[in-house]
Amino acid sequence: MELFQTKRRNILPGFGLSMGYTLFYLSAIVIVPLSMIFLNTLPMGWEPFIHAVTAPRVLASYRLSFSTAFFAALFDAVAGLLTAWVLVRYRFPGKQFLDALVDLPFALPTAVAGICFATLYSPVGWLGETLTKWNITIINSATGIVIALVFIGFPFVVRTIQPVLEEVEQEIEEAAHCLGATRWQTFRRILLPHLFPALLTGSTLAFARGIGEYGSVIFIAGNLPMKTEIAPLMIMSKLDQFDYAGASAVALVLLLISFSMLLALNAIQEWQQKEYR
Amino acid sequence: MLKEPTSETAPIVKKRVSDPLPVQVVLIGVMLLFFIGFIFLPLGLVFAQAFQKGWLFYLESITESYALEAIKLTLTTVAIVVPLNAFFGVTAAWAITKFNFAGKAALKTLLDLPFAVSPVIAGLIFVLLVGSRTPFGSWLGEHGIKIIFSTPGIVIATLFVTFPFVVRELIPLMEAQGRDEEEAALTLGARGWQIVGKITLPNISLGLLYGMILCGARSIGEFGAVSVVSGHIRGQTNTVPLHVEILYSEYNFAASFAVASILVFLALLTVTLKVAMEKQFQKNSFHH
Amino acid sequence: MGIELQNITKKFTGYTALDNISLNVASGELVALLGPSGCGKTTLLRIIAGLELPDSGKIILENKDTTNLPPREKNVGFVFQHYALFRRLTVFENVAFGLKVLPRKERPSRTEICDRVEHLLKMVQMEWALKRYPSQLSGGQRQRIALARALAVNPKVLLLDEPFSALDAKVRQELRRWLRKLHDEIHVTSIFVTHDQEEALELADRIVVINKGRIEQQGTPQEVYDHPKNAFVYNFLGNVNVFHGRIKNGKVSLGTHHVDAPDDLKHTEEKPSQAFVRPHEIGISKIRSNETDLTGTIREVRLMGGQIGLNLACEGFDHPIDAEIPRELYINLELAKGDTVFVSLNRVKVFTGDYVI
Repeated sequence: MELFQTKRRNILPGFGLSMGYTLFYLSAIVIVPLSMIFLNTLPMGWEPFIHAVTAPRVLASYRLSFSTAFFAALFDAVAGLLTAWVLVRYRFPGKQFLDALVDLPFALPTAVAGICFATLYSPVGWLGETLTKWNITIINSATGIVIALVFIGFPFVVRTIQPVLEEVEQEIEEAAHCLGATRWQTFRRILLPHLFPALLTGSTLAFARGIGEYGSVIFIAGNLPMKTEIAPLMIMSKLDQFDYAGASAVALVLLLISFSMLLALNAIQEWQQKEYR
Repeated sequence: MLKEPTSETAPIVKKRVSDPLPVQVVLIGVMLLFFIGFIFLPLGLVFAQAFQKGWLFYLESITESYALEAIKLTLTTVAIVVPLNAFFGVTAAWAITKFNFAGKAALKTLLDLPFAVSPVIAGLIFVLLVGSRTPFGSWLGEHGIKIIFSTPGIVIATLFVTFPFVVRELIPLMEAQGRDEEEAALTLGARGWQIVGKITLPNISLGLLYGMILCGARSIGEFGAVSVVSGHIRGQTNTVPLHVEILYSEYNFAASFAVASILVFLALLTVTLKVAMEKQFQKNSFHH
Repeated sequence: MGIELQNITKKFTGYTALDNISLNVASGELVALLGPSGCGKTTLLRIIAGLELPDSGKIILENKDTTNLPPREKNVGFVFQHYALFRRLTVFENVAFGLKVLPRKERPSRTEICDRVEHLLKMVQMEWALKRYPSQLSGGQRQRIALARALAVNPKVLLLDEPFSALDAKVRQELRRWLRKLHDEIHVTSIFVTHDQEEALELADRIVVINKGRIEQQGTPQEVYDHPKNAFVYNFLGNVNVFHGRIKNGKVSLGTHHVDAPDDLKHTEEKPSQAFVRPHEIGISKIRSNETDLTGTIREVRLMGGQIGLNLACEGFDHPIDAEIPRELYINLELAKGDTVFVSLNRVKVFTGDYVI
């Protein structure tokens, strides 16, 4: 304790203990387990590694995960922006109720969401029945996956935009109005750029979440290899076959992409703080 | 996220420059459509399906022995995970917010890690660490300790997935509250535990509770990670979400949705609690 | 209890907050650490309290070296700028806190604690607030509770970090007077930090002027105000007019005019100089009373309560001069903007140091 104290600039007690426990816990629960991914892929050697992650089935699963997550994030960006706008700016009965429900996808177990959407869009489901009449099949298709991911990613966008929207100073809009701008121009030229970092952050969060999503997707997806098999499922099936190295390899690629997105998010947030200081 | 308003902000009723009525109607309408399609229909479906074979069947489904075992396992997991992560949350938040040291930003990023990791990968890493085919895992197996395909595995995987919730709630809160009160307590002669117990914990109690609720909700609902580590053995290593999956895969839809409805109730409860706590928090803070 | 600070140095990344500071505070004194923001005065206070550790140097309280002791063992009371009251505890529990955390053996009984708290609250005139929470009190009230809280454990030294800067001007004045009275009653050695020279001049037995981590001057308010050691102190302790010029052959140039150099600078070689005159030490008159008087025109008139501020353009000076005269004089002389008046500079202080305004 004395050692820490003489070097510390702050004199509150407990640094050694709290820091020590924190690092221990993080090592045991996070760092060591995560490093197993690396430890299981490194012995593979470069060639087998590339082979494992570029196998056609694996590539197809990456393509699927990324594209569905991307489109879902895009849809969420629009729907989320609209919802945040309505919730922050308008007043109507039931608004608080709807605002609370935005968090439902956060709180609902993914498996429940999964069976819900699968049943909803199945050929005999409430929506699926009508859609089948129009020859649209949602189930066992990439579209189904996108729909599930839209549900999952929705709160990320709304909750990231809401605080920013709430803090927009009214004077800015009034000034624009005085200068003759129409509502649309004010929105497009002034508000949208201001909201853009938050929009980007929220969508990126939704995207990152969508890539790794499992429970809500596997029911509706049908999981047909090469067609509707998402990357996480790819990992699962390799695990089932005890192909630890292969599972780790696929996981590593996903992890690297997710981490770089985390870093990109941090960079966006720093940029946002610099721009609007 | 609970926010601690600054001492200068009082509740200002803002009158917004508003959009013309037709625009409002259209936007609200579109939003409602979205909500209906993505939230209300699914919610309604759960209950419709759960009760499609009548009340009796519903009750049987959720009190049937495997279902009860699943509920027990889920509750056990939550009872272990939430206190552990809460303790970690307070400790880590204390270390990060009450002291200056290098590498704080890196540490904070570390705390966000589970959000960037797919649940399946979260399960995978523990299989790789203590699965029966790994050196560490087989050593444990020789000593009669089974982690993967057993409750400890489920607990650990859930710990990984849910540990950020409490600490991420506490850090902004404690940063906003500053160190003054703790320093004041120090000058008045209080020792470490007295400071934490009498000053810090009461100050963060609401945030802590909030984080614990979020942590608990996520622990109950975790599916992907648990799916990997659990082994899907009915009556032994199935949590409620896994049980839902099994019933569904057997085409026992009514039972599956019946059990799922419990989770939906809990989710709605969580959402309501969240709102109530946020309101309470606002009320508390505006006096400062 | 006397405090002795020996060679305190404290560095943060990139700059030196305290540079070899040595200071003695006598028992029962009320000392002000006065200086601009960032000069290190708060850091010094926190080091005395034990909330920071110096890089080198010693702090001796009552002949005991307490440099590395934790705050708990220093028996020092600290009053924070933003009160730092425990928001979840009532006023009673706040004030009683120091007593309640004492080790079992030293802890007074519940009734004793009650009595002591009530006594303290009476002393700060807040006995009615016993069951209230800090959020229900005004800033001035909170600060008084903070003081009561600090005094509850009978500290040997009381340290106050800009105790009134977060308060309104009027409340600040009231509390200033009240603190002085309190100190006169209880005679605890006290050190308070402020950047407000009025506050320091009004409250302190002794003022220590600090700038950039160094002590510029220390002395009674009278000494420091009337006999500032250098330009910084002079400028910090009140309004000034500055005249940049040169000192040569025993004469100081002020614009195109000259005044005699002060005795200690009469024989110095030629070098740049700064001369200071305080606005209220400038004489204004409608008739020339002296050869050395200057002529000036009133450019602006400012109403400042009981005083009138005049901004004068004087012959031979590039910059306008600010003067302050009592309101009655202004009325009696029937002065107005644009008038020509005669200006006499009394009590000119000359410095040749490095400090430049």
